[in-house]
Amino acid sequence: MVSKTTGAFIDMQQVTKRYAGVVALDDVDFTVMPGEIVCLAGENGSGKSTLIKILAGIEHASAGEIYINGISHKKLNPRVSSAAGVMVIFQDFSLFPNLSVAENISFSTQLREQRRIFNSTYAKNLARKALERIDVDIPLDAPVESLPVAHKQLVGICRALACDARLIIMDEPTTALTEREVRSLLDIIRRLKSDGVAVVFVSHKLAEVMEVSDRVVVLRNGKKVADGPASDFDAASLTRHMTGRDVIEAQPSPLAADAKELLVVKNLNKTGVLTNINFNLKAGEVLGLTGLLGSGRTSLAKAMFGLTKADSGTLTLDSKKIALGDPVATAHAGIGYVPEDRLTEGLFLTQSIVRNVAIGRLDRHQKNGFLNINNLISEATDWLKRLKVKTSNIEAPVKSLSGGNQQRVSLARWLARSPKVLILNGPSVGVDVGSKAEIHDLIRDLAQSGIGIIMISDDLPELLATCQRILVMRSGEIVDEIDSKSTNEEQLSHRLAS
Amino acid sequence: MKNWFPKGFFSRNETLVAVVIIGFCIIATISDPLFFSVTTLSDLLRASIVMGILAVAVMLVLVSGGIDVSFTAIAVFAMYSSTLIALSIWPEMPWYIIFAISISIGAALGAINGILIAGFGLPTLIVTLGTLSIFRGFLLTFIGSERISALPPEMREFSRMMIARGTTESGNFYSLPWAFAALILVIALTWFILQKTMLGRAIFAIGGSHESARRIGINVKATQFFIYVYVGMLAGLAGIIFGSMGRMADPFSLVGWELSVIAAVVLGGARLIGGYGTLTGTLLGVALIVLVQNSLIVIGIPSTWQSVTIGVLILVGTGLPAYQAKRAAAKSA
Amino acid sequence: MKNHNNSNILESPEFRMAIIAISVFVLMSLLSPERFLSSQNIISMAFQFPEFAILALAMTIVMLTGGIDLSVVGISNFTAVVAAIILTQFASPDMSLQASILWYGGAIFAALILGAVCGYTNGILVAYLGLPPILATLGSGLVFTGFAVALTGGSAVMGFPEVVAWLGNERLLGIPVPLIIFIVLAFGLHILLSRTSFGLKITMYGANPLAAFFAAIDINRMLIKVYVVSGMLSAIAGLVIMSRANSAKADYGSSYLLLAILIAVLGGVNPYGGYGKIIGVVLAVLSMQFLSSGLNMLQVSNFARELIWGSLLIIVMIINSTNWIKQKKNAIKPIKSS
Repeated sequence: MVSKTTGAFIDMQQVTKRYAGVVALDDVDFTVMPGEIVCLAGENGSGKSTLIKILAGIEHASAGEIYINGISHKKLNPRVSSAAGVMVIFQDFSLFPNLSVAENISFSTQLREQRRIFNSTYAKNLARKALERIDVDIPLDAPVESLPVAHKQLVGICRALACDARLIIMDEPTTALTEREVRSLLDIIRRLKSDGVAVVFVSHKLAEVMEVSDRVVVLRNGKKVADGPASDFDAASLTRHMTGRDVIEAQPSPLAADAKELLVVKNLNKTGVLTNINFNLKAGEVLGLTGLLGSGRTSLAKAMFGLTKADSGTLTLDSKKIALGDPVATAHAGIGYVPEDRLTEGLFLTQSIVRNVAIGRLDRHQKNGFLNINNLISEATDWLKRLKVKTSNIEAPVKSLSGGNQQRVSLARWLARSPKVLILNGPSVGVDVGSKAEIHDLIRDLAQSGIGIIMISDDLPELLATCQRILVMRSGEIVDEIDSKSTNEEQLSHRLAS
Repeated sequence: MKNWFPKGFFSRNETLVAVVIIGFCIIATISDPLFFSVTTLSDLLRASIVMGILAVAVMLVLVSGGIDVSFTAIAVFAMYSSTLIALSIWPEMPWYIIFAISISIGAALGAINGILIAGFGLPTLIVTLGTLSIFRGFLLTFIGSERISALPPEMREFSRMMIARGTTESGNFYSLPWAFAALILVIALTWFILQKTMLGRAIFAIGGSHESARRIGINVKATQFFIYVYVGMLAGLAGIIFGSMGRMADPFSLVGWELSVIAAVVLGGARLIGGYGTLTGTLLGVALIVLVQNSLIVIGIPSTWQSVTIGVLILVGTGLPAYQAKRAAAKSA
Repeated sequence: MKNHNNSNILESPEFRMAIIAISVFVLMSLLSPERFLSSQNIISMAFQFPEFAILALAMTIVMLTGGIDLSVVGISNFTAVVAAIILTQFASPDMSLQASILWYGGAIFAALILGAVCGYTNGILVAYLGLPPILATLGSGLVFTGFAVALTGGSAVMGFPEVVAWLGNERLLGIPVPLIIFIVLAFGLHILLSRTSFGLKITMYGANPLAAFFAAIDINRMLIKVYVVSGMLSAIAGLVIMSRANSAKADYGSSYLLLAILIAVLGGVNPYGGYGKIIGVVLAVLSMQFLSSGLNMLQVSNFARELIWGSLLIIVMIINSTNWIKQKKNAIKPIKSS
């Protein structure tokens, strides 16, 4: 344990945060030494985002004390935090797409210096110095929207550096990066450390950043459950701390030998996005699809479901061809797609729970131009019951449900259409541990009933627990096919990274 | 500077508009050689003064991610009431004081928009639609609904001050009033604000990402408030110039201009979602609209087709890039 | 299916609007009991409001998708001008009743088709070309108005057979015809929105266009249908205006655009899309008419009415926006709740 008494740059003591009755952070101590690299780990909902929001001054702690550089702060706000040298790089980077790299890097600094006149030479100098500190070369005049994701992240880092950051907090910094980009990010982090800048990684996937980390802090359900040198942790112990148990997931149910071919994807191509995608799916099979963000797994799902149009290739379901680029026809043919981002793509948050399910069945319950509303509702209610959605009022807006229940509502919408194939993109993202296992059970049950399921995920234990076969994608191609019985998590992660 | 993004929407729009303008002039000159003359140029420049000032104001709002349709009402309100004030307290009032009054009234009305938008966070289109009718209704109910043709003498004097005037060899009269300098001044000032001050960069930043601007500590509300006050000031200036040059304070004038002005700005490449817009583009857009309004007949289109022409220009000028953007997004996903 | 955005009925915008409608009615009745409550006034009100109320319905359906239709007045004038030209070219005031009814029917038909075509154009611009609705309808509105100007040279078209006056000025079973038209349309739109698959899709799309796309709703067809309905409603409004004015002109009803938006927003339609009820719009229409008519009796000028309308819009926006902003925030907040 690192001493809490002296020298810590950040020293949070017994910090608690309550939101309308929910305790998001419960009596948490958190310290960061100057130049220290800390991993803040935890599942979704564990409180790690709340913790960094409090440090950034976006949220206020309900109780507890915060010292930055030895000075007590009762109430932080974004300006105070950044003046103290605490910089957060959010997952979306919070950049201005329409402004140049130089301006993005220098904007906060110039604001802090309370400049009124904008001096572009000065801005460029600031930006150049910051870029030199991490030894990267990005054209200063390029608008940020034209940059690749990795460069946007570097611009975010440089912006923090330009503001004399003493602590940079990075929210899920590796999700969007390729292997090589992660490497160079780690090099940059080492460089920062030698400069005396502390870094906190906030992540639920730590394998990549463990090697540069000095210390690991794990949160679970708002409480700190582990805190120690990085060398004390390995993948298994981390998972145990994060989930609170040794998650022994059920095995994927074996596929019947005589399972019939359901879906055949042949030579699917989309310039610059997908190359020669070929695979098939049997009835009752759960097929995993994995790869890094940007590897093309979501693009493939969208192309299969017709949300984008592939340039060439065929999609055959039950030996019937499906028109490319037409989601309505695809859904009609019997394919369902539960998208990655439930809250923006999947659900109509302000609309009622029952409507969110019924939306998929409107045309079926329309007769002579009018909806049979009773049938529509009773069918939707029935599905909500079958999927055990816990709610007292099906007319309540769907946003009032928990993550796990929301995911069930998404599923119910498609199941009501009795699909032959379901594409699930990140079905357990943002779902608490308990519900996650239940959703896995549900997926296995659905497969048992004969539905073919394509499961997109980067959660390796999840894939191993549900899929019989796993496809690995890289830069728009399927590069590997793995039988999940013959592998384990370690091997899988190795094959994913290689 | 924009070379990094050769497929960029704005550089494209500017060139597109410039090409259309040049094409228009070539056709016009072919069908009527007299079109290509100092007289035409001075006519067009004179016609773009008021619209140009208003367009610069609207561009600022669009860059910040908002929209304003109340500026014509502000312009008329400021023009008419400052004229009345001058006439009732000091008819000999120097023109620059009358102008200052008009600009201040514009600023005050703009501040009302600013409070509603920055303070209450209401949608800009609906707020300014509402204030459009409030300002107009208030003007016509409580201030006056009579046209005033006996303007303060100084206002008439102002409209007679010329930068250049003369007669061409072919005997056509031309003139360019000093009011044109006001447009130049507004352009220079706005350029300075947008390019050389942190305030101006903050306007671009807010348009680019409202949330990011808040996160890095830009005072979003104050910036928005400034924008609407500044727009009000420019509208007040444009209004009083309009009144002086037209030699009449007409409380019913200028209404309906808002659509043409917005059209000019949008044609110039400013995007409704905010973050993008250039003075060059805006002025080109104004030039095109003024050309269509004044010289459509020269290229053989009857002037009754003016509104159709402007409508089609908006649809093509904004539809083309919108469609390209949509296709590009579909391709890369 | 009920929408429980406002689970407490007392907090719903419709309830607020009902209170406003009743208060305005009571206030006006108290201020000028003999005149406001006279049957003559009531009937004249019933003749006056349907034309802009129908435009408000046209605005409402587009606003439910989160868009806006700035071309409604343009469409109504364009279609009315075309109908008027048909009537003046082919029919004459002294032709037989049957013949003039026939021509009138033809003109109405042409106007409706034209309204649908105009709406279809808007739909294509928004759905397939991806233009923001404001720009698409701003441009197309100028084009439609421009056609009307070009066709007429800017002057009014008049000299219709007498039968044309029926639509806007007569009564059926003692009820003014325009009112009947409005009631039918409002009821029809209510049914369309609440009892058909199309209507539910509109609301859901307005609530979250992206989710609608991912839910395999045929968005493009739906949007086009929405704008077609809006265009046809505008055409009907144009026909009523033409009948009441006994002429058609490119710039009639220029204040109605603002009024239509105002009524929709007053009626509780969320300009960001996803929420709105016809009953709210009807109540807003009534309030506006009571107010306008009462102000008329109190000899308040048209200009003051514009002032009052504008103020009302802003006040209601301030009240409603607290709800919308709450909704928006809630919609965005839980994304990263960890």
